[in-house]
Amino acid sequence: MSRIQESVIVRTIVRIMVPFIELFALYVIMHGSGGPGGGFQGGVIFGAAIILYAMIYGIAKGKERMPDTLDKILASTGLTIYAGTGLLCLFFGGKFLQYGMVPLLPDDPAEVSALLIDAVEIGIGITVSAVMISLFFDVSPPESEEEELPAELPISTYREA
Amino acid sequence: MKTLALFVVLLAGAMLVYAGQDLPPFGDSTTDMYQNRVTQRYIAGTEVESGVPNMVTALLANYRGYDTLGETTVIFTAGVAVMLLLRRRET
Amino acid sequence: MTGIIDIVHAEYNYWIYTALMMIGFYAMIAKKNLIKKIIGANIFQTAIFLFYISLADITGGTAPIIWEGHEDVIYTNPVPHCLILTAIVVSVSTTAVALALIIRIYREYGSIEEDVILAARKSLQPEFSEYARQKGGEE
Repeated sequence: MSRIQESVIVRTIVRIMVPFIELFALYVIMHGSGGPGGGFQGGVIFGAAIILYAMIYGIAKGKERMPDTLDKILASTGLTIYAGTGLLCLFFGGKFLQYGMVPLLPDDPAEVSALLIDAVEIGIGITVSAVMISLFFDVSPPESEEEELPAELPISTYREA
Repeated sequence: MKTLALFVVLLAGAMLVYAGQDLPPFGDSTTDMYQNRVTQRYIAGTEVESGVPNMVTALLANYRGYDTLGETTVIFTAGVAVMLLLRRRET
Repeated sequence: MTGIIDIVHAEYNYWIYTALMMIGFYAMIAKKNLIKKIIGANIFQTAIFLFYISLADITGGTAPIIWEGHEDVIYTNPVPHCLILTAIVVSVSTTAVALALIIRIYREYGSIEEDVILAARKSLQPEFSEYARQKGGEE
């Protein structure tokens, strides 16, 4: 626990901000086909929200919210969504990732392409966010090496500094 | 050693400045790269073929979808590699 | 004199990327600290990104997103943007793997200075070769 993690202001602001950052990440992922945005950017923003939570509330509480098994499952799920979309096109008689061949809205291949591009972006976003979170947890020190600050450390010590 | 490094870096920089004189000026629209028919096809065909307004997304997910699949695999592989390098075995 | 100024003004993006590339290249070659080498590699990569993105720019052009209801809009070149999106992701992945390798090196040798690591390896080398020779002899 460092001094900044003790601060009431930082903890409260982080608790308020994290849901909004996650909502913004979902907006960026879903807005990737209509404007600036996309799966990579939104995935990194989503990962940054969880990383911010883990930085302030501690690695152990961050791992409670995002366990390692869930992380691994999500990382491979996103890639499976992407490759599965490509195989779906193969199944309906097109080439790999030829979106227009899937008979979702049969009269307009462009509309089907737009829908499946969104699906692909969601897959990319899931993979990127899970990998970012697992990178942070892997690089951060294990819990035993984190030094504990004494609980009675008064606020005035860092007000002076 | 540092002098040698500085010399190599300055040599590389001088070569880049010399080669950069042939590059088009900033913001030029008459270059081969912009007038290339592939580029013009991407700009014209995005709305018709992909149905999305964002050209970069259409390029990334539709025209170059196979490349992006490999890219996602690269970042997944990096995550697995870091996991294998740093995660200690639970004994 | 005005000719030189015109050249510098028309192609200032290339000057900027050349300077950034030289900074990153120098850090990669001359610094002994491995983390500083990684930082140099990242500066180098940023220079390449800026080079590509500046090549894509068109004077008076908008972002490459279809503008509904406007016919004669000039769009900037979307191809380098797409290529650089790929390159940024690869850069993040290589940086992550490099940092993980540095952490492993630090756990093994207790240092991230290149000199110290090389000296430690040199002092350990005879034992390694002896061990390898015995291992080979047994098989």
